[in-house]
Amino acid sequence: MKDDRYSRQVLFSPIGKEGQEQLEAKHVLIIGAGALGTSNAEQLARAGVGKMTIVDRDYVEFSNLQRQQLFSEKDAENRMPKAVAAKERLSAINSGISIFSHVMDVQVEELEKLAPDADVIIDATDNFDTRLLINDISQKHDKPWVYGGCVGSYGLTYTIVPGKTPCLNCLLETVPIGGATCDTAGIISPAVQMVTAHQVAEVLKILVGDEQALHGKLISFDMWNHHYQAIKVNTVKNPECRSCGGNRDYPYLSPESQTKTAVLCGRDTVQIRPPERMERDFDTLRRRLHDGEIKQNPFLLSYTLNDHRMVFFKDGRVLVHGTKDIAEARRLYYKIVG
Amino acid sequence: MEIQVNGKIKQLPKEVETVADLLHYFGLDAKMVIVEQNKEIVSKDNFQGANLQSNDTIELVRFVGGG
Ligand SMILES: [Zn+2]
Repeated sequence: MKDDRYSRQVLFSPIGKEGQEQLEAKHVLIIGAGALGTSNAEQLARAGVGKMTIVDRDYVEFSNLQRQQLFSEKDAENRMPKAVAAKERLSAINSGISIFSHVMDVQVEELEKLAPDADVIIDATDNFDTRLLINDISQKHDKPWVYGGCVGSYGLTYTIVPGKTPCLNCLLETVPIGGATCDTAGIISPAVQMVTAHQVAEVLKILVGDEQALHGKLISFDMWNHHYQAIKVNTVKNPECRSCGGNRDYPYLSPESQTKTAVLCGRDTVQIRPPERMERDFDTLRRRLHDGEIKQNPFLLSYTLNDHRMVFFKDGRVLVHGTKDIAEARRLYYKIVG
Repeated sequence: MEIQVNGKIKQLPKEVETVADLLHYFGLDAKMVIVEQNKEIVSKDNFQGANLQSNDTIELVRFVGGG
């Protein structure tokens, strides 16, 4: 019975037996395991993509369950890192593929390690700082990537193929780091699924080598107001673009573009990265925390004192909840960590 | 002036004369929008110079960050 698990996909002639073998030999890198990431990952795991790497910096909360399809109430109760919970569920869905997960915030260094082995990168992030970084990495390593974004009942997607299409930097014309605002208008699951349906279809085309079939347009829709657009944007390709043009210098890969602290989109949360790479020892940390409530799992330690909650990750990062103010977050952090 | 924006007819006040005005009117950040006027992409450099005409068909594609 197991032999026919991909039979319906093999019967679909643009994929066929050969395409299926291609899928099994390929590696997809998914940046983000939120709504877009979990939906993309589940579809690709079921499709039998041989290797998947999924990266996320956050942990599961109850407010995620409405749309982040790989997670359960138990994951939220245990505050499981999204990358870990996603891997567990994906392995249960398809034990015949390899899934790698990383609990981390991707910056240049991380992407430089992850990108070379990937055949395609899926954008499932929630911010433009990371997207512009993915965009530069994609150009540098000649890897296609598929942008997706959604808010409310609205979503859009675009497939960037280095050397062929405009890149995100051409389309946006150089947004400064931290310059794009956050979307806090809520989201319904159908908007997520519509974006990922397009992303996955595009990724399958790329993986089986059917680039002719790529849609080539900037696709957007509003599912509540029934408006669907597909716009040809080829003319936007800018020969002077700093990410994909002739004299490119990959502006978003430069050290000064890297952020140590970031406000997480729509989360009332500030992330603080330690200045240097470290592995946090939870026992040492616990000795410093006197009052307040501590909850711990193998991946993170959550500490609540009065109105403030901080979540310490093994990789040294800290999420300070209950504030959007970077200065206040730092003050709280140093008060505790010293 | 009456134009069509994302499939809907909109009545615009007189002071909305260009694509740049239109984006301002809708509260959109020019960097984060792709504009198509009567099936032609308007380059971002030309938002100020692109005059709107009655019965124009405008498509505004807004880049959003959520995911
Ligand atoms: Zn470009």
